[in-house]
Amino acid sequence: MTTILLIIFIISLLYFSIANRLMTYVKILVIQGFLLFGVAFIELIEINIINLIFILFETIIVKAIAIPLFMQYIIKKNKITREAEPYVPYFVSLIIVSFIVVLTFLIANYIHDIYLNKIYFIAALTALFSGLYFISTRRKIITHVICYVLIENGVFILSLAVGHNMPMLVNLGILLDVFVSVFLLGIFVNKVGDVINEGDVTQLSNLKD
Amino acid sequence: MILFYLIGSLLISTGLFFNRKTSINTLLVWIFIALQIGFTLFSFVNQDIEEAGYFNPDALSLLMTATLTIIAIPALLHRYDYIYQENDSPGQRGLYYGSMVIFIMALTAGYMASHIAVTWIFVEITTLSASALIFHRRNAGSIEATWKYIFVSSISLVFVFIGILLLSLSLGNQYQSGLQYVTLSHLAPSLSSFWLKLSFIFIFVGYTAKLGLVPMYTAGIDAKDKAPTPPAALLSSVLMNLGFVGIFRMYVITAHSAIHHWVNSIVMITALLSVFVAAVYMLKVKNIKRMLAYSSIEHMGIVMIGIAVGGIGYYAAILQLILHSFVKSSLFLQVGHLYKTFKTKEIYAIGNYFKYNPSGAIFLLLAFIGLAAIPPSGLFVSEFYLVIALIQQQYWLVVFILLLLLTIILWALGKNIFKMLFIPIDHVTAPLTTETNRFEIISQYVLLSLIVYLGFFPPEGFVSMIQTVIHSISY
Repeated sequence: MTTILLIIFIISLLYFSIANRLMTYVKILVIQGFLLFGVAFIELIEINIINLIFILFETIIVKAIAIPLFMQYIIKKNKITREAEPYVPYFVSLIIVSFIVVLTFLIANYIHDIYLNKIYFIAALTALFSGLYFISTRRKIITHVICYVLIENGVFILSLAVGHNMPMLVNLGILLDVFVSVFLLGIFVNKVGDVINEGDVTQLSNLKD
Repeated sequence: MILFYLIGSLLISTGLFFNRKTSINTLLVWIFIALQIGFTLFSFVNQDIEEAGYFNPDALSLLMTATLTIIAIPALLHRYDYIYQENDSPGQRGLYYGSMVIFIMALTAGYMASHIAVTWIFVEITTLSASALIFHRRNAGSIEATWKYIFVSSISLVFVFIGILLLSLSLGNQYQSGLQYVTLSHLAPSLSSFWLKLSFIFIFVGYTAKLGLVPMYTAGIDAKDKAPTPPAALLSSVLMNLGFVGIFRMYVITAHSAIHHWVNSIVMITALLSVFVAAVYMLKVKNIKRMLAYSSIEHMGIVMIGIAVGGIGYYAAILQLILHSFVKSSLFLQVGHLYKTFKTKEIYAIGNYFKYNPSGAIFLLLAFIGLAAIPPSGLFVSEFYLVIALIQQQYWLVVFILLLLLTIILWALGKNIFKMLFIPIDHVTAPLTTETNRFEIISQYVLLSLIVYLGFFPPEGFVSMIQTVIHSISY
């Protein structure tokens, strides 16, 4: 079951590479939030009410509701045009993300470790590398924040694969940090939007030597 | 005590944030300074006694905390509104001092954390509080710098977190023992070297955003340029030390394992590249704050070369790190005065500083001698030890490249500083003020004199603490 969910997660990344509207990106974030909840819920070995609440909060409330709503609010408020406007054609992006998936498969198969759950590793690394790729090829600042959340989703999957050794306090601190940094980035998209009209990265290149 | 310190700083910062009265603001800042000094002294008395499960004041963290406390006092007391005083409001002042307190608190706690994830959390808090400080001016430049800083630092910290996850993956079923640095060093020889290598790469790359080495150094340059000078002084000295602490603790873990040589070569390559990048940019840079920021990159490169060489290089590295903190922070504080006099940071619009502000000009000259590691600067001692270590280990090529690059950097630095000090500018545009705050300039001289004292007449306790740190690498 988790395998199916994680495969859907990887497919959502492929879809991200060819989607051309910002709202589609936000919807993909919502879907991924629910997928992460599914994976985390199945991974729960014993049903512990605190763990359940924590995972519910982290995935559904933060990742699937709060952050997408916030992104939607920013897009509406700053009147960001709905096209994503990447630097490279969508087709090339699709090829590259597929290539990343294949590469992570090869890496995961190269590692021989009994503690490693391969599908988690593949999903996490794919999210990391494709997130970095999307950041470098999308023009709008808001897509950079969305891609940051994508990478965070990948990290969440990786932490599920290994994460039962982290104390709850540390987990909470990490969640708080992610939450705060996403909101801070969002606030700054607003600020950047106030100064320069189109949220375009090319205009943020005055500081250089 | 650490919990008391953390809660106290949070309360003071909240008070500063909501307060609008100047007198209460000053009072709260002084209370925080007292708290910081008190906590530092308390930690020195209770060395190596673990607190609250996640904090341990060991020798490295004590050295760093003492450095931080000494630099934080003048940084908090220097005027942040040295220019554009008309744009200032009580709300902005509250945000500024509140963020400063949180920033210093997070640095102290980050040094002392004994759990790898707790260090990570406090490094993240420094990013958040530093971004409020960089954004202080609220103009287009500071927005750009803040945006880049938050974004690059967040991505880097995700890298560090992935590294921590991979490290716990390498523990296999020994994970019950936890991710304390001490347990990790004990377990290191038995860990899988593949996972350890992968995790070191991620953690190293991530923390270079704070330390200022090659892959991720860019964000810090813009941040130091756009932040007001007292936060810039902290960003370019004690924050870099936090990045060093993060990397160094991971380095100690790997030093106990089979991948020590591999790690050394990685560190050596990135450090040399950093010095190279610094030399290239120092030649073309036109803004004094950016020039000093690149000079920090150069010094961090030297520190990491010392770590990679080993032997007496470890001692040189830690001495260099501490002395660099003092000289660079005092220089950034002086840039505030320079900026106030000329209303610009462009080197070509600054000249004949001796005429307008003699005490500041003499300071700048002495600080140049300090930064360039010319005796009586203490940095001469550390760089001398470093070259000895390189020659002892037969790194002839590294010695050659390093000395060549350092000569280029010395030339670029000297050219710009002497231009600012002696060559008159053609047309004076801004009305030049000559008044300076006497206490501020004295505090800068005190910071500068520390590098001579610690370099040439190091107290017994200071040397033995550095030796304790080095001891932790090899045993």
